[in-house]
This record gives sequence, C-alpha cells and structure tokens, in this order.
Amino acid sequence: MSDSRLLQPAPAPLLTLMDLVVDIPGRTDGAPLNLQIRSGQCWGILGPNGAGKSTLLHTLAGLRPPRHGGIDLEGRSLQRLPRRRIARLLGIVFQDHQDGFPATVLETALIGRHPYLRPWEMESAQDHQAALKALRQVDLAGMETRLIATLSGGERQRLAIATALTQDPRIFLLDEPTNHLDLHHQVAVLDIVRRAVAQGRSAVLTLHDVNLAARYCDHLLLMYPGGEACWGTTREMLVPNALERLYGQALVTGEVEGVPVFFPRIR
Amino acid sequence: MNRLALVLLSLLGAACLSLGIAVALGSVPLTPAETLAVLTGGGESLHRTLILELRLPRALAAFATGGLLAVAGALMQVLLRNPLADPYVLGLSGGAAVGALLSMLAGLGMIMVSGAAFAGALLSTLIVFGLAHGTGSWTPTRLLLTGVVVAAGWGAVISFLLAVSPTTELPGMLYWLMGDLSHAHSPWPAWIVLVIVVLAALPLGRSLNVLARGPLQAAALGVAVRPLEWTLYGVAALVTATAVTMAGSVGFVGLIVPHMLRLVLGNDQRLILPASALAGGILLTLADTLARTLIAPQQLPVGVITAMLGVPVFLYLLYRSR
Repeated sequence: MSDSRLLQPAPAPLLTLMDLVVDIPGRTDGAPLNLQIRSGQCWGILGPNGAGKSTLLHTLAGLRPPRHGGIDLEGRSLQRLPRRRIARLLGIVFQDHQDGFPATVLETALIGRHPYLRPWEMESAQDHQAALKALRQVDLAGMETRLIATLSGGERQRLAIATALTQDPRIFLLDEPTNHLDLHHQVAVLDIVRRAVAQGRSAVLTLHDVNLAARYCDHLLLMYPGGEACWGTTREMLVPNALERLYGQALVTGEVEGVPVFFPRIR
Repeated sequence: MNRLALVLLSLLGAACLSLGIAVALGSVPLTPAETLAVLTGGGESLHRTLILELRLPRALAAFATGGLLAVAGALMQVLLRNPLADPYVLGLSGGAAVGALLSMLAGLGMIMVSGAAFAGALLSTLIVFGLAHGTGSWTPTRLLLTGVVVAAGWGAVISFLLAVSPTTELPGMLYWLMGDLSHAHSPWPAWIVLVIVVLAALPLGRSLNVLARGPLQAAALGVAVRPLEWTLYGVAALVTATAVTMAGSVGFVGLIVPHMLRLVLGNDQRLILPASALAGGILLTLADTLARTLIAPQQLPVGVITAMLGVPVFLYLLYRSR
C-alpha cells in the first residue's frame, strides 16, 4: 500500500509559471517568472504600488494574455482551456467590486455556482446551502436579502470572498483580500484561506501588510518596481534588506512569537 | 421556480386580457360576450370580419412588436450594464429605419425591406461597437455616448430621405419616425422571431446574470464573454430590425418595461426576459388600442402614446427608487 503510493509520481503542480512575463501597459521591463504553485501552498505577493501584482493575478486567472511565456493549470495550457473549466479550478477575488444592477447578498454569493450548472439548470438546494455556508464563514449570515449597494466596503469585500468560497475552486487568487477589512475580519478572512490551504487547496494573495504575509504565507514572491522579481519560502525571503529595497523604505525589525516583524522606521 | 411560473402565468393571463380588450374596442365596440363568441368560432359575420381580419392581426402585430422591443432593451441593458441602454438610444432602430426607407425608395419588395432593416441595424451595431471599442478598453459610458451620436446621425438621414421624397409618399413614410402600427402587415414573422429568441435566450439567462456583474467577473466565473457579447449584439440587431419593419420607431418600450419589471421582480434574466416579452406585448397592445380609439376616427401613431405613458412612469419609478 505505502509502496504503491511511493511509486506514484508527485501530483502535478496546480499552477506552473514558465518564463512568464506579465504585460503591464506602458512598460517593457519585467523579469521572467519560473515557479510552481502546489496544493497546500499559500503564496503571498509583495511589492510597492504599480509593481504589477494585480496584473499578475489577472494573468494567472487567464483574464489577460502574458507578454511572454506560459501558464499551465494542472499540467494543461491555461490559454487553451475553456473558461468554464478554468472557473471550476481557479477562483479570483478582484480588488474593485463593480456596481452593476441591484442584487441581493445571497444572489451574489450564488453566482459562484455558475461554472457547475448546465444551461437550463436552476440552482439546487445544495447550491443554496453552499452559498449560505460561505456567507456564514465570512460573518454575513442574516444579511442574505440585503442589496449589495447598501453594504459597507468591508462587507462587500467579505461578500466577494464568500462568492469565491461558493465557487469552491482548487486555487484561490485573492487581490488584496484584507482591503477595507477591520483587524478582526482581516484575521478571520486569512484564517479561512489558511483552512482551505490546509485542506489541499492553494492560494495566491497580494498583500500590503508584510507582517500578515509573514504569518500566513509559506511562500513569497517579491515584485520590485524595476520589474525584477524573486521568490522562495517565506523564511528565505523575509530579509530586512530585501524588503527595504522592495518598498524603498527603511524598516525596524523585531520578533514576535518566533516570527520576524517589520515596521517602517519613522524619524 | 414556483415564483417564476406564477409571474409568467399571471402575465400570460394579462396578455390574453389585453388582446381581448384590443379586439373588442374600436369604431364598433363589441361586448365581451360578442368578442368571446367570435374567438371561439361563432358570432355574427360582420363581427367575424371586424375581429379576425382587422383588429386581431393588428393586435397581434402590436403584441409581438412590444415584446420584441422589450426583449431587445433587456438584452442591451445587461450587455452594457446600464439601465438606460435601449435599441433606440444606441441607434440600432435608426439604422434599421434607414435601411428599410432606402429599400422602399428603391421600390424593393417587403422581404428586401426586412433584410435591409436588419442590415441597417447590424451596421449600426458594428459602427457603435467598433468605434467605441477603438483603442482597447471601452467603458459602457463611452459606448452609450457613441450610440447616442450614431442615433442622432440616423435621425438626420431619415429626415433627409423624407425631405427629398415625393410628397405623396410622405404619410406612408412618416411612421418610421413616429412608430405606427396602422401599416403593419402579417404579424407572424415577428411572432416567430419573438418566440425563437425568448426560447433561445432562456438557457443563456444565468450567463447573462453573471455578465451583468461585469465582464471580468463573468470571465472569472466561466463565461466566454466576447462570444456572448457578440451574440447579444446580433440578436439585439435582429430583434430590433424585426420590430422596426413592423411598426417603425416606437420608443420607450425597451427602456420602460425591463426597468419596471426589474424594480418589482429583481434582476434574474431567466425571469426578466420572458416577462419582458409578455409585459412589452401587453403595453404596446394597450397603447395601440388607445392610439386607435382616443380621438377616433383620427388615429394617433402608437409611438406618441408610448412616450406619453412612458415618460411619467419612468420619472416616477426613478423618483421612488431613490
């Protein structure tokens, strides 16, 4: 039993970036990224404003073509996979939430089931259960019939995360998931991500808070303003010099509960 | 599911009622009993002629036209994520009217006129979408503005064509500008298009719901956004052209009906699209009945009625929804 398991090849990485250069409008620089994101990994993307973090996430979701190189999703070229199939494997939470037509909180979470339903199919009781469970997870239970236009910024952010949870993908791409959130909900949302990763999902998140990234991510990708990038385990990457250069900001370093913490040095 | 059936059945009942009212009212008003007798295969021969050859075809034409306009409006509003989008605002109906007018001036037959109307609507779509797309990203606002300008351009072309046309032809051509059902011919082509489009749009309903959340979100949830958008444009052009060849430029139905339904029923396209077809049909059937009877024997263009009904209703709904 254990022998046959040992003989099996390691599972294919969920996402493979091969010489990937993201296409940031108005820029020609950019180092190629070569990395693999596996089941059970949580990657944090750190970098200053305009370094291309969101563009990278959109490219990883197949929503914009790369300038160079390719992306494999579970061993198959992302560009050739049908969108519906991608949507079952990969969910993305955007940084901005568009205001379209009026819709309720429950309706919004339920659209996460779209990639699983056939054209004529209505949402089943199980789909409703999945959406309600996701809303409970992000602390939005009891708000199902509220219109999204009446929600606060933080509530909308949590609703977007609930929609991704309802979508139930293998990989979560989260663009600033802690945006607009109070301290408690920042931790609550990142705990949800950690639990999903512990269950064999993987997550890629852009974060502005280095200290949250240090606590929650096992791998980091640093994107420098000049287009360079480096990546590795969180332990390897959390070097004060590298972070100071990343943000162009002097830092004070300490340690809390065995994890390094960084604060901006203020004169 | 039950709510969907309930809403559609009530609208279906109201639709039959509106058609009944339309065939009963006119220069010779009929009682409900007389109307029912004719519709069930009996009745006096004068009544039979009146209803089956004059009033019923016109009522059916009005119903189909209204349904088509409301469906076109509902589709374009999802496409542009803007409740103000409508085949008229975006210039589709103007293009259709110019195509139809030109082929009529050239003395072509009715099938060619319909074809030219479709070509005009499609050309308008390509101009608006192509120009607004321009260099990369387009925003609904930019698209809407382009549509408004193109619509104004088509309006000028129609006025020009009317100005250079022989005066004897003018009364028959003016209805392209105002919207009038007294020139409507067989209602069946419009009905066929309406039924096919509504049935074909139903399985797309959930994809449209997702598209209404924005193209990025829709793509992320597995919708092939670009093909769906082009399909919607093609269908909207076809539907608009069919409605315009039927009745000219009737405004406000595509704007008012989906908006009203959305305020009452929410924004699930699986419900809104068939409900729009029925409610749009009801609205235009009743409006046309009013147009025929209000200052009889003089007939009003139905476009005047829809505008006079539509504007206050729209303003009220807008005011209430704040």
